[in-house]
Formats: sequence, structure tokens, C-alpha cells
Amino acid sequence: MSSPRTEQIMDLRIIAGYALRETARRKVLVVVGILTLAFLALYAYGSAEAFDEVSRFGGVPGDVDIEEEVLTGSTLLGLAMFVTLFLGTVLAVFVTLNAVRGDAERGLLQPLVVRPVGRTTLLLARFLAAGALCVAYVSVVYAAAVALTGAAGGYWPDNPAFGALALSAAVIVVVALALLGTTLLSSTANGIAIFMIFGAGLAAGLIGQIGSALNSSSLERISSIASWALPFEALYQDGLHALTADVRGATGVIVQLGPFGGAQDAGPLLYPYVLAYLVAIAVVADRIFRRADL
Amino acid sequence: MSDALIATALRKTYGSAVALDGVDLRVGAGELVGLLGPNGAGKSTLTKIACGLVRPTAGRVEVLGQPCGSPQARARTGYLAELFRFPGWATADEVLVLHQRLARSGGGAAERARLLGLVELASASGRRVEAMSKGMQQRLGIAQALVGDPGIVLLDEPTSALDPAGRRTVRELLEALRARGVAVLLNSHLLSEIELVCDRVVIVDGGRTIAEGAPSDLVKAGGVEIETGSGHRRFAHAGREDIPELIARLVGEGERIYGARVVAGSLEDAYLDLVGSAGG
Repeated sequence: MSSPRTEQIMDLRIIAGYALRETARRKVLVVVGILTLAFLALYAYGSAEAFDEVSRFGGVPGDVDIEEEVLTGSTLLGLAMFVTLFLGTVLAVFVTLNAVRGDAERGLLQPLVVRPVGRTTLLLARFLAAGALCVAYVSVVYAAAVALTGAAGGYWPDNPAFGALALSAAVIVVVALALLGTTLLSSTANGIAIFMIFGAGLAAGLIGQIGSALNSSSLERISSIASWALPFEALYQDGLHALTADVRGATGVIVQLGPFGGAQDAGPLLYPYVLAYLVAIAVVADRIFRRADL
Repeated sequence: MSDALIATALRKTYGSAVALDGVDLRVGAGELVGLLGPNGAGKSTLTKIACGLVRPTAGRVEVLGQPCGSPQARARTGYLAELFRFPGWATADEVLVLHQRLARSGGGAAERARLLGLVELASASGRRVEAMSKGMQQRLGIAQALVGDPGIVLLDEPTSALDPAGRRTVRELLEALRARGVAVLLNSHLLSEIELVCDRVVIVDGGRTIAEGAPSDLVKAGGVEIETGSGHRRFAHAGREDIPELIARLVGEGERIYGARVVAGSLEDAYLDLVGSAGG
């Protein structure tokens, strides 16, 4: 007879496999795949054009030393990170949309819950499946964007893995929030709520950048609080910051003035905080799910 | 007979609405108990509490000696919900494989073939759920509920989508389960089915048990019907022993008598008497 822990691991694998198979058969993957290919094709074309334009520009007159490929490449890659996180969020929302309430309303969940699989295991398995899929997705898209940027203009970020790590962590936070939402809300309400939360996080980031440009401590404080409350935004900003952290001199100043240059370094506590945040969400979601009448 | 399911003073409220109001219920091992009641009587809530889908507000339910909803109880419980769905992309065989793995059943392909054969889906094992009729899906649901040889089976409206042949198949299946010592709690609106197959019937209304007993004990005689020259006359409260007196009285009133019979009652009559014809 297997030990309870072995059985739980087996259950996790069974339910996660079931969730991935279910996702693989949904049209959302096709939609996300088409959107991704369209984005990467446009990005490849846009990057090549941007580098071409900048090389023809001929630099800034005078003694100012500008590294055009760094300026162009980091800006383009910052844009790619934003789109990657957005597409990753779309995927995260759609793969978790129905996980609890939606599946319960359709009668898909009850046959599974009455089996000797704990509700905690069921929720954790859904999280692992959705998290693994979304992390793989953002990692691949981000890697493709880095490769396309490098191929188009010879720009390679100093620490490309950090961007992938930040995006992966950000999308895991979105998955966790969406799973928490699905224990409380029906599919449509949950989808709308998560996209609104995502929008609120991005708006907070923009407010922070405006605050930074205007030297407004109030705006920066609002942005900081929102980033800690919705840490996917702080992670995105942190990843963005890492792209340009090593750029010095006049190029660094101009990058900081650009649309993605005002990103904030969240400091060494960000990742431990995100871990604690995920644990807190897991505890709340598990408690709600275990007490839910299905 | 040991008890497979014991519900004691079971109460469930949803806000101010009372779904169950102190229900007591026992299902013995190998006993087939029918649960009847109008819509909203609390039948599905009771079944869902027994299999751990719904938490009781008060009271206690034990399933095969274990608290309901515990992993030990769920491991030995088969359940078919009234409203259920399997993923459309899965084949019948894949659905059963998934449930075998979750139920930790080592029955393998032989068990799947046996269960699909029992519900007459042997030829549809490779068919996707989305390509099945509602009746076929319901049969697959019954097969799923029997994965892992459960000690108790809770069936919520298992024949609602079945044709008469399918209902007979399920009836035979339930009788086979009883013969193997499996307890069955059958929640259904099909009173004729319940009357044919159940050892005992429990009628709930408004969250309370209002009647309980063997179908034959609950069924009352339906009175006496006498065919007269002016038509059929029904004496609802009369019995066989009243027939000579009734005939004498009618003849005295100048009626011509052509026949008399005792009308057999049905579970439906008894049920409607108890819950009122307006129920459900």
C-alpha cells in the first residue's frame, strides 16, 4: 500500500495531467498561439526596421556618446516583455477561468471531488498545471523576443535570464490570483476581475513612472503600494529594470527617460515577499474551496 | 444488517432557507433505499452531504463507519450527481481510467470492460463523450459510480435521461448490486421505478422525513370501483369487505350492477397523499 504522501503526489500528477489535457483541447490555446505568432512576426519586422532606422540616423552630434543598439534594443525588449506578460496573463486567465466555480456549475468538478483526492490536492494540481504551462509560455516567448532583438540589431541584454525569471514569477502570481478568483466567482466574473486587476497593476506602474518623472513622492508612494499589493507589476518592473540596470552614461540617462526606462528595482525582498504572497493566496483559496458547497 | 449510511439529526441551511431540518436516515448494507420528495425537498442536498460535496450545518452522517466526506468514506462511495458532465474530449474508456486512478482501483482494463458491459456501453468504449447521447452519458456516469467496487452507491436521478430499456438495465444493475451486498440510496422522481426495485422508501418534504417504510407498507388500497348502469362509481375509502354492502345499497337505489373490483393503490397515490398533488 502506498504512503499518503506518495498517493498525494500521484493524485497531483493525475489531476495536473487531466487539467493540461483539458487545456490542450480548448480553442484558447489556438487563439493564444495565433496571437503569439502574429506578435513575434510583427516584433521581428519592427525590430529590424527600428535598428535600420537608428543606424541611418547617424548618432547625436557633438561629444555625447550614445550606444544606439543598446537604446533601441532595450526599449524594444521592454516592449516585448510587456506584450509577453499580457499574453501570459491572457493564457493564465483562460486556463484557470473555470477551475472551481465554472467546473462546478457545469457539473465537471463533482465527479472528481467525491473521489478520495483532497480538495487541497485538486487545487494545487490545477495551480501546478496552469503555472507550468504559463511559465513555459512566457519563457519561450521572451526567449524568442531576445533572440529576435539580437538577430535584428546585435543587442543582447546583460542578464537575459533575469527577465525570464521575473516574467515567470509575474505570471505565476496572475495564475494564483485567477485560481483564488475561481473559488469565489463564476467564469465570466472571474475573467473580468483578473483583467481589471491586471489593468490596475499596469496603471499603478505608469503612475509610478509619471511620479518618477515629475519627482512626485505621492504618486510614487501610490505606485509602490499598488505594486506590493499586486506584485506581478513589481516583478515586471524589476525584470524591466534588470534589462537596463548596467547601462551607464548618456545612454543610461536616455533609456531612463524612455517609455520603459523608469522601471523600479524592487530590492532584494521582492522574491521572498512574492513567495509569502503566493502562500497567503494558497491558504485563502484552499480554505474557501474546502468550505465550499458544491 | 449493519448500516452503510447513518444520518442523524441532519440539518442544512443556505442563509435563511432550510434545506434539511433534522433528517434521520439509515441505509443498511445490501439495502436499496429510495429517496422521494418534491423538488426542493432536500433529497439532493442529503445525497451531496453523504458524499462530501456539501457541509452539513448540524447533525452527523457516517458512511461505512467513517465520517462522511473523509477520504476513507469517499474511497468506498460511488456517486452519480443529478447534473454532471464528463469532459467532451475524453472517450468512455478514458473517463473510467481517470476515475480508476483517482479511486485507486487496480481493476484495470478488465474492470472497465465489465462496467461498460453492465451499462451496455461495451461497443462505445472508444467513443468520445461529446459524441454520446444524453442517455449514453448517463449510463457512463453510472459505470463511473461503480469504479473501485464501492460499498455504497448514491445515485441522484440516474434514469432521468434513459429510455425504458435503459431503465430496465439500471433496475437489473441495482438488483445485482443489492445481491452483492452493496448499499444503494436511489434519489428519483420515477416512483414506478422506486416501487419496483427498492426495499424501503423514505419520503422527505420541506427538509423533514414525512414517511418511511417498505413500498408495500406505504401503498394503500385504492378503494372499490363498481360498474353500474349509469357508469363507474368509485368508493375511495372502501375495501373488499365493503363490496356486498355497497352493491346492496346501489341496488336499493335502483342501480343495475355489472361488476365490482378492488382498486390497487400505487406508490404514486401514497406519495401524492403524503406530499400533496401540488408538490414539485
